[in-house]
Amino acid sequence: MNALKKLFGGNTRQFGMIFALVALIIFFQIATDGRTLTPGNVINLFNGNSYILILAIGMVLVIIAGHIDLSVGSVAAFVGVCVALFIRDWGIPWYLGILMGLLLGVLIGAWQGFWVAYIGIPAFIVTLSGMLIFRGANQYVGKSNTIPVPSDFQKIGSGYLPEVGPTTGYNNLTLLLGLAAVAFVIFSEIRSRRTAKALGAEVPETWVSITKLVLICAAILYATYLFATGRPGTSFPIPGLILAALVIIYGFISSKTVIGRHIYAVGGNRHAAELSGVQSKKVNFLVMMNMSVLAGLAGMIFVGRSTASGPFDGVGWELDAIAAVFIGGAAVTGGVGTVIGSIVGGLVMAVLNNGLQLLGVGADLTQIIKGLVLLIAVAFDVYNKTQGKKSIIGLMFKNFGRSSEMKPDETTSTKEVISKGA
Amino acid sequence: MTSLNTHSDPVILEMRSITKEFPGVKALSEVNLRVKAGEIHAICGENGAGKSTLMKVLSGVYPYGSYTGDIVYQSEVQQFKDIRASEHAGIVIIHQELALIPELSIMENIFLGNEPTKRGVIDWAEARTRSTELLARVGLREDPETPIKEIGVGKQQLVEIAKALNKSVKLLILDEPTAALNESDSQHLLDLMLGLKGRGITSIIISHKLNEIEQIADSITIIRDGKSIETLNVKADGVDEDRIIKGMVGRTLESRFPDHEPKIGEVFFEVKNWNVGHPQVQDRMVCKNSNFFVRRGEIVGFAGLMGAGRTELARSVFGRSYGRFLSGHVYMDGKEVELKSVRQAIDAGLGYVTEDRKTLGLNLLDDIKETTVSANLKKVSKRNVIDANKVFTVAEQYRKSLRTKAPSVEEGVAKLSGGNQQKVVLAKWMFTDPELLILDEPTRGIDVGAKYEIYGIIQQLANQGKGVIVISSELPELLGLSDRIYTIFEGAITGVLNKDEASQENLMKLMTSARKTA
Repeated sequence: MNALKKLFGGNTRQFGMIFALVALIIFFQIATDGRTLTPGNVINLFNGNSYILILAIGMVLVIIAGHIDLSVGSVAAFVGVCVALFIRDWGIPWYLGILMGLLLGVLIGAWQGFWVAYIGIPAFIVTLSGMLIFRGANQYVGKSNTIPVPSDFQKIGSGYLPEVGPTTGYNNLTLLLGLAAVAFVIFSEIRSRRTAKALGAEVPETWVSITKLVLICAAILYATYLFATGRPGTSFPIPGLILAALVIIYGFISSKTVIGRHIYAVGGNRHAAELSGVQSKKVNFLVMMNMSVLAGLAGMIFVGRSTASGPFDGVGWELDAIAAVFIGGAAVTGGVGTVIGSIVGGLVMAVLNNGLQLLGVGADLTQIIKGLVLLIAVAFDVYNKTQGKKSIIGLMFKNFGRSSEMKPDETTSTKEVISKGA
Repeated sequence: MTSLNTHSDPVILEMRSITKEFPGVKALSEVNLRVKAGEIHAICGENGAGKSTLMKVLSGVYPYGSYTGDIVYQSEVQQFKDIRASEHAGIVIIHQELALIPELSIMENIFLGNEPTKRGVIDWAEARTRSTELLARVGLREDPETPIKEIGVGKQQLVEIAKALNKSVKLLILDEPTAALNESDSQHLLDLMLGLKGRGITSIIISHKLNEIEQIADSITIIRDGKSIETLNVKADGVDEDRIIKGMVGRTLESRFPDHEPKIGEVFFEVKNWNVGHPQVQDRMVCKNSNFFVRRGEIVGFAGLMGAGRTELARSVFGRSYGRFLSGHVYMDGKEVELKSVRQAIDAGLGYVTEDRKTLGLNLLDDIKETTVSANLKKVSKRNVIDANKVFTVAEQYRKSLRTKAPSVEEGVAKLSGGNQQKVVLAKWMFTDPELLILDEPTRGIDVGAKYEIYGIIQQLANQGKGVIVISSELPELLGLSDRIYTIFEGAITGVLNKDEASQENLMKLMTSARKTA
């Protein structure tokens, strides 16, 4: 239990979400007679949700720092239309287009970050305003038209890893990627065990580590198999690749670097952080700016996928991203959350969406179900904490390791609980 | 338990063998408490001894059924299911963190949840008359329509009591009522409690300030490690502070300060003509032309009443983290330094331990190891990447050397007691390796045993040749610890006394009067 928990930053809600995700996948796999875990559907799922997941990465940092960003959908749409126009009207190549899109994201982010960090206007207000401004700007510069992008550019939204090397019947690069991931997982587990031992810290029992490794590696290999055996011309999608790179980079930044620590510190207790020498304004500025850059990237990926930019791109994305973050274990009051958790939260929503679609459930019911899932996921957690009971998820794993010593507030993710107890 | 069972004093409250368990912890075990009608009954114990838990059981925060044992109140066994039920019976608890709404007026706060109505509509005229009456009873001269945020903590405390009186309280429980008050407000509050006693209201007071307890309490129940140790009758048993401490810690502390031979070197830190304006109010000054210096190995005390400008002076020097900087110079080792931000101050070798641990000092979401390194991440990281192993080792090292009581350095700081939290904060600043450490109320809300250890840590720092500034409202603490004491009054330094010439009396005089000669 502890060992498994450690994988996901020790947050029980995220931990539970992983299992909710697995349960959900199995449920839909059975309910749809095996149509869920087909190469085509899995690839589709990734392609169709990568931009929301990318937004979730930025959003979790914003939320950890104690803010919110409502403008991401509009910013994505605005960057998307601008890049489409740059490429069409100025004839610049696709890579320059992407670079300019990212730059535009930086500028927009600087604008919003300035108001939030240096003027001190709540991010809710600043980004609500941004939501209106950039939606309007998208429709103004695009004259509410659809603007197509060239096929080179479309690759970032709908491309796949190319075929290289000998014909194996599988996509070779995808296989390599999968094997590299497995190797990395095993290597890092061995390393963390070794350092824990050297420091005299608690080392998880060997069988726990092995079970964990087997489960994770099996999942990776199965996913690799699915991606590598799609219909000809498809393999691991480019947006998935971008997403994976971002997850690794941001996961690392948030948990292992000084700036990452500072984001948690500012969100956890801004005054204490400032009196420890953290430049909270700078942190807030960077977090808001980063969000807009990622929103720009998500917008470009979406434009690439849908082959054109339109006036209603990105409507409602902010809410999907925020939902993913909260399902993934972040706290409204800031200071709590992880990148990987938010990705899992986003995947829960995505799988739910996809599975219901496959079952032929209408958009109306799908929305109702998604809304309830968000509420229940968070309510479960809050309820268990306020009751001072063990979390349901903790009880589920009673025989899975050493969960008996789990204390009620170990799962704390809202500060109210702490202040009440203190 | 000598003279408690006299027939003349009826018992208003008796808690019999109360046991309360949390998962894995027995917070209270077979605690007994007998409170006589009309007395002031103090509950003493170290932090974490179970005082607050006991009061939460009594007031229904922990409802009937979640503990074992009986609460007999006014000769009946009570089964309070929530706070409302206990309030209905006349038991009102006033917590350390006041439960007032800053934006509402005094009057609205007094009647919150208990509004006088006429056919469903709030009768403000009635509320006004009654609140004026209540404010007079607690000796607070303020317009009932003043917003709570505009009056000080001392007055807010009085509003809480007025609110309790409005609920026709019979048993008033005060949890650390004077912790945040200055001497004169504290005295006023204590007088008020004696006044209420005269009107037949029984009070239970929880406090770490033993001198106050000695002053007003009729009996004292001592709780240690979740058990009731003894009940002392103040008048009959001739109780003094040392006697109470002995009960609380289970042994006599020979001295409340560790022995210390100061090794004082030359002046290395100096502040000259320091002027700072109030952060919001334009023309108000919080530091007026202040000058002070610190020698190596010296413990310097800052004495002053609450609000005199001690914290303001310290924080404005510490990277201008408070107020509007107007003018002044800081010299370190003879060279002038500019400390424009907290970062610069830390880099220059300053550290500041805040008086308000929970809101300014700690991120309660962090664990011990994260907190320990939080002011000096540079030292545990390479090219901005944090070395988790180093963090662990460093934190473990401080946990051992400061004897922080926690199962591991991965324990959340929110779960530690006040004393242990303070040790973690000290570790955090010691890890920045400061030349000058400023400690603002370093022992507030900390029990006697941990205080002694913290004094030891402070002296150890001084022995290493660092300078230490201690800001404290407790004069005995300053007198016991400091080598030299500055007094501050209304933002200006009014005097400086060496250890051998300082006494409570002359400090108090300097703390309450402007300097005659400029």
